[in-house]
Amino acid sequence: MTVIDASPGTRRLTTAKAISEGIAQEMRTNSEVFVMGEDVGPYGGIFGSTTGLFDEFGATRILDTPISETGFIGAGIGAAVEGMRPVVELMFVDFFGVCMDQIYNHMAKIHYESGGNVKVPMVLMMATGGGYSDGAQHSQCLWATFAHMPGLKVVAPSNPHDAKGLMISAIRDDNPVIFMFHKGVMGLPWMAKNPRSIGPVPEEEYTVPIGKAAIAHEGTDVTVVSVSLSVQHCLDVAEKLAGDISVEVVDLRTIAPLDRDTVLASVAKTGRLVIVDEDYKSFGMSGEIAATIAEVDPMLLRAPIKRVAYPDIPIPYARVLEYEALPTRDKIEAAIRDLVS
Amino acid sequence: MVDNNQRVEFYRQMVRIRAYEEAIRRDYHADKTPAWDIGAGLIPGEMHLAAGQEPVAVGLCANLRDDDALTAPHRPHHLALAKGVDMKAMTAEIFGRTTGLGKGKGGHMHLFDPDKHFSCSGIIAEGMPVAVGQALAFSRRGTDSVAVAVAGEGAANQGAFHEALNLAAMWKLPVIFIIEDNDWAISVPRDTSTSVANNADRAAAYGVPGERIEGNDVEAIYQAVKRAVDRARSGGGPTLLEIHTVRMWGHFEGDAQAYRGDELAEAEAADPIPAYEAKLIADDLLSESEIAQILADATEEVEAAIAFAKASPEPDPSDAYQHVFA
Repeated sequence: MTVIDASPGTRRLTTAKAISEGIAQEMRTNSEVFVMGEDVGPYGGIFGSTTGLFDEFGATRILDTPISETGFIGAGIGAAVEGMRPVVELMFVDFFGVCMDQIYNHMAKIHYESGGNVKVPMVLMMATGGGYSDGAQHSQCLWATFAHMPGLKVVAPSNPHDAKGLMISAIRDDNPVIFMFHKGVMGLPWMAKNPRSIGPVPEEEYTVPIGKAAIAHEGTDVTVVSVSLSVQHCLDVAEKLAGDISVEVVDLRTIAPLDRDTVLASVAKTGRLVIVDEDYKSFGMSGEIAATIAEVDPMLLRAPIKRVAYPDIPIPYARVLEYEALPTRDKIEAAIRDLVS
Repeated sequence: MVDNNQRVEFYRQMVRIRAYEEAIRRDYHADKTPAWDIGAGLIPGEMHLAAGQEPVAVGLCANLRDDDALTAPHRPHHLALAKGVDMKAMTAEIFGRTTGLGKGKGGHMHLFDPDKHFSCSGIIAEGMPVAVGQALAFSRRGTDSVAVAVAGEGAANQGAFHEALNLAAMWKLPVIFIIEDNDWAISVPRDTSTSVANNADRAAAYGVPGERIEGNDVEAIYQAVKRAVDRARSGGGPTLLEIHTVRMWGHFEGDAQAYRGDELAEAEAADPIPAYEAKLIADDLLSESEIAQILADATEEVEAAIAFAKASPEPDPSDAYQHVFA
């Protein structure tokens, strides 16, 4: 338990603890909810997403699986079509390659193929993101890869409050939900601390709606749209520039379905748009948002869109190489200043 | 022993399935000539029919209840019909009509009937982990329902087959894995694709019982599946069965099958239905008139289902946008 401050109303949790608390609260009230995945049992999830669950619910509801992602994701789908609500963890998003058929061809499509007769109420959670030299196979974000497939909802919280609320929403949703937690937002004791990864989390159950972005920081000069850990960087920059440039930060929270209205409304107000994305730049989230503006009303813009996104390269190992590519605060600030000047 | 009423019922079900596949074949091809176009006609798309494999479906499903789950592969009609899926709704789905199981969204490889716990996957072996999950749900809820995954012998070289077996074995889940060995993975014979002569031997790798059933004999299949289902229902865990059957027709309709050579005539001669019919006649269980009546009944049911499908409305184009999400 990583409770930082237990005083009433201001209790602060790490994102990891907020996620596991959300799962636990749903498990207490719904016997159909169970968890399975690699190292989700006594270990508590490699990134802490199931911390404490094994102690409370035991091996019958917190199932450690073999390294067999096609097998256990498929089993999650089978349990879900029978009406259970499995929360399945794919340890790293990068491992999707060994189980993508279950995700793309089964989890995402069964409801549609059945004409709405079969539901797949399942959460598939996974760690994303880099910044700690884990190389090309353990550092990707890939939310666009999943958001590209119709039938999947994809959420990626940036803070503990939203993580708990989105997890509860995901478990209650009758659709498959891909729940992507960036390692950098989890508040892990063994990784560089991002201060916004620990924050106030209500003790009671609550939901954060899937498909609804949040204005994380209000502003009038420029809209910065982002998701997950990059939102934290955007907020840092927005606070730094306050008094000089008024930055509005839109935290998408959900990639699919995308809350286009909130983005459009913000851009209508500011007339300028920076899109910050740790996922690959081409054919991804940043392009989708740019296309939305272009399709709906390009006249909203007073200046061309800027993108601070991961360049189209595999993620390099050496620190200097990886940080050359990551969407850092400096790059975000430079893009904003360039756009507003 | 299989009692005599059940033997006649096996025959009736096999005739019913064959009548179905023949009628689908007829209507599938009828409007695709002279310039054969897979996307044209009343039934567009790929079509995988199961003539010759009726004993597997009938012998298997005679052991199953509505609350037992069955995941079928890309060649699913025989299994769906034997599992009790409504013939009219299934036919309407194959014809792409609003009255179909999936309102025309799924097609012949994607038949879903939640009331019968029946589903399909067009991806080889990938229905097997789903059956494991259904069995996991049954087990968690404390019911004695079982889940069955059916796949072809070509599927036994897929990772999903091995992952599903390991999981089911380790968690001792009520799953029956059935490999329908029809000798061909499209054009590739099993001796050039599979390192073992008998896929049931692979059960040993997961510490579960394995059995290969030769002869495409509905009664032997029924008995073998019964042992497996009894084991699963009583908490004894999964079983792997490989059933040697026969693919009388092409992998898909339109498959010229030049790769089969003389074996094709042998396969056609190995039709299990006349063989079983002769056996029941010899045992004085069927008369010529009863045989004619069974066929007439089957034909009537099948033609009524096809007529229902043809009379059903096509989807409104705007329906394409429905059911992406619940």
